[in-house]
Amino acid sequence: MISLEKRPQPSRLWTAITPIFAVVLTMVVGGLMFALLGVDPIEAVRTIFWDPLFHPQFAGFSRPQLLVKAGPLILIAIGLSIGFRAGIWNIGAEGQYIMGAICGAAAGLAFYPSESILIFPLMILCGALGGFLWAMIPAVLKTRFGTNEILVSLMLVYVAQNILISVSTGLLRNPEGMGFPGSRNFKQWDATHNAEIIAGTGMHWGVVTAFIAVIAAYVLMARHIQGFNIRLSGEAPRAARFAGVNPARIILLCLGISGVLAGMAGLFEVTGPAGQITGNFNAGYGFTAIIVAFLGRLNPFGILLAGLLMALTYIGGELAQLMLSLPGASIQLFQGMLLFFLLATDVFTNYRIRFGKREAA
Amino acid sequence: MDLGSINPVLLVASIMVSATPILLAAIGEMVVEKAGVLNLGVEGMMITGAVVGFAVAVTSGNPYFGFLAAAAASAVLSLSFGVLTQFLLSNQVATGLGLTLVGLGLSSLIGKPYEGMKAPPISKVHIPGLSDMPVFGKMLFSHDVMIYVSLLLVVAVWAFLKYTRAGLILRAVGESHDSAHALGYKVVTVRLMAIFFGGACAGLGGAYLSLVRVPQWTEGMTAGAGWIALAIVVFASWRAGRVLIGAYLFGGVTVLQLNLQAAGANVPVALLSASPYLITIIVLVFISARGAHGAPGSLGRSFHASH
Repeated sequence: MISLEKRPQPSRLWTAITPIFAVVLTMVVGGLMFALLGVDPIEAVRTIFWDPLFHPQFAGFSRPQLLVKAGPLILIAIGLSIGFRAGIWNIGAEGQYIMGAICGAAAGLAFYPSESILIFPLMILCGALGGFLWAMIPAVLKTRFGTNEILVSLMLVYVAQNILISVSTGLLRNPEGMGFPGSRNFKQWDATHNAEIIAGTGMHWGVVTAFIAVIAAYVLMARHIQGFNIRLSGEAPRAARFAGVNPARIILLCLGISGVLAGMAGLFEVTGPAGQITGNFNAGYGFTAIIVAFLGRLNPFGILLAGLLMALTYIGGELAQLMLSLPGASIQLFQGMLLFFLLATDVFTNYRIRFGKREAA
Repeated sequence: MDLGSINPVLLVASIMVSATPILLAAIGEMVVEKAGVLNLGVEGMMITGAVVGFAVAVTSGNPYFGFLAAAAASAVLSLSFGVLTQFLLSNQVATGLGLTLVGLGLSSLIGKPYEGMKAPPISKVHIPGLSDMPVFGKMLFSHDVMIYVSLLLVVAVWAFLKYTRAGLILRAVGESHDSAHALGYKVVTVRLMAIFFGGACAGLGGAYLSLVRVPQWTEGMTAGAGWIALAIVVFASWRAGRVLIGAYLFGGVTVLQLNLQAAGANVPVALLSASPYLITIIVLVFISARGAHGAPGSLGRSFHASH
């Protein structure tokens, strides 16, 4: 008989190695899935994890994409992880991301065709504000009425998507776009273009912001009293209240931070890689970031690595689609499985496995 | 705007059709939550049911095989959630989200070859006497069998939880798993069965969407229906009768906004399309402002017989 015995403290060793364990398990099961789809599993795994970085022909193009894709994932996941630490489940980052993009883009377009250098900072500010306000809806509803933030933040994703479709065909549509849906292209407007800072690296302002966010989040969570309060609220809500931590303030803070970061991620995406507001410019980063946050163990540096890994599966997935004609959805499933296996192997972090007869509980 | 083009008989009939997927998923999730488990994977199980049901119905030509396969597939999928949360003691919120992401990926993978196909038609049940009634016959008694199944399921769940010993044990497990364990009930087994049932219901709901309501397969077609089902359970304060009311109210809103769009109402389309989600939020706010009555005591907490 196998039984589980609770560890007095979560194992540090297992906390560090479960993600690796989960990645390997996902590769094995994913490989089986690829084999079922009629693709050589070893070749598929190599195409996804190795070729984007080292393939002689494609790597030159796909290596910069790593940062382009990892930037928004890391930025959003950092915000989410702070909330998850406090037991605040913001799963509507996709909506905050969309609203940030819309607000930031609208602020910029209001000044078209000015070439002032102040426009881009203003857009970033408005993007952050858009995400912040959208995240404040579940936050205020939770603090005022105790409404479940999971459901509200998720419902708001669908609302945001409807707003996005509406503005891309109406309010923000390019007046010179011959009636096609979509805003003006920011790539053709130097003052607002979120271009690569160093050519050929994929490094744009969003990636820089993501790196800053990683460091800031580390300082906040490990060195600042608010970070301690956030962790305390998540691990022992009662103790936190006795210690004088105001739960409403923690909720506002956590959702506010994640809203700001998701909103900025949206703005950087729309002015950079996406180029314009369209009905489907959002690539589901807000949801994938949830996986990134967990895979990174809710730890800022872990999230950095997890974001890069997840970006790799995106690029590798596209490559596999191209070269092995693997369906695009199989990558989505692959990413979902990764989260599942991570949660499954997590049991070793908190429990010890005991073989032998179970004693009476 | 031409409101005269909205036919009240067809309106009620289509409300029933649009409410049924959510009703099926919500009544299943209510049983799961009554057992103390919060499964946020309803959306993933629903869309898996939708695609499996559609695929099997198209291949076999029989919609009922589709429904059976959908229930089976989603129930099996839900067991993965069950194993993770009950045996490996993973966080229920995170695992439920994972289940949704897996379900969305899995469904679009399975569904690719079936895009653009048409579902085999499902026959309407003719009830002698009732179906021939002037207005109500067409409104309430000329539907496919699944609508009546969903209504019977609500009654069955209500009676099961209220009058049977098994229902009492399930509620005890949900209210206080430690006490239930101390009394000798198998907490994990009861919960696994509830999760399995919830998965099967969500699968039926999804299949109803792809086989009757739409009826075809498109990627991501549940569009948040699973999440709305979760909201309806909260709205219903974990009571079967109110789940029925909630699902039909929601179905009403959906159909009404579609009718308003078709009638060319002078309201932005985006607002109308977003209205089901907005109304869900507003309803949730009202319910929570009143206080969370009826939430099972152990909802969302992991059980480990170690203390």
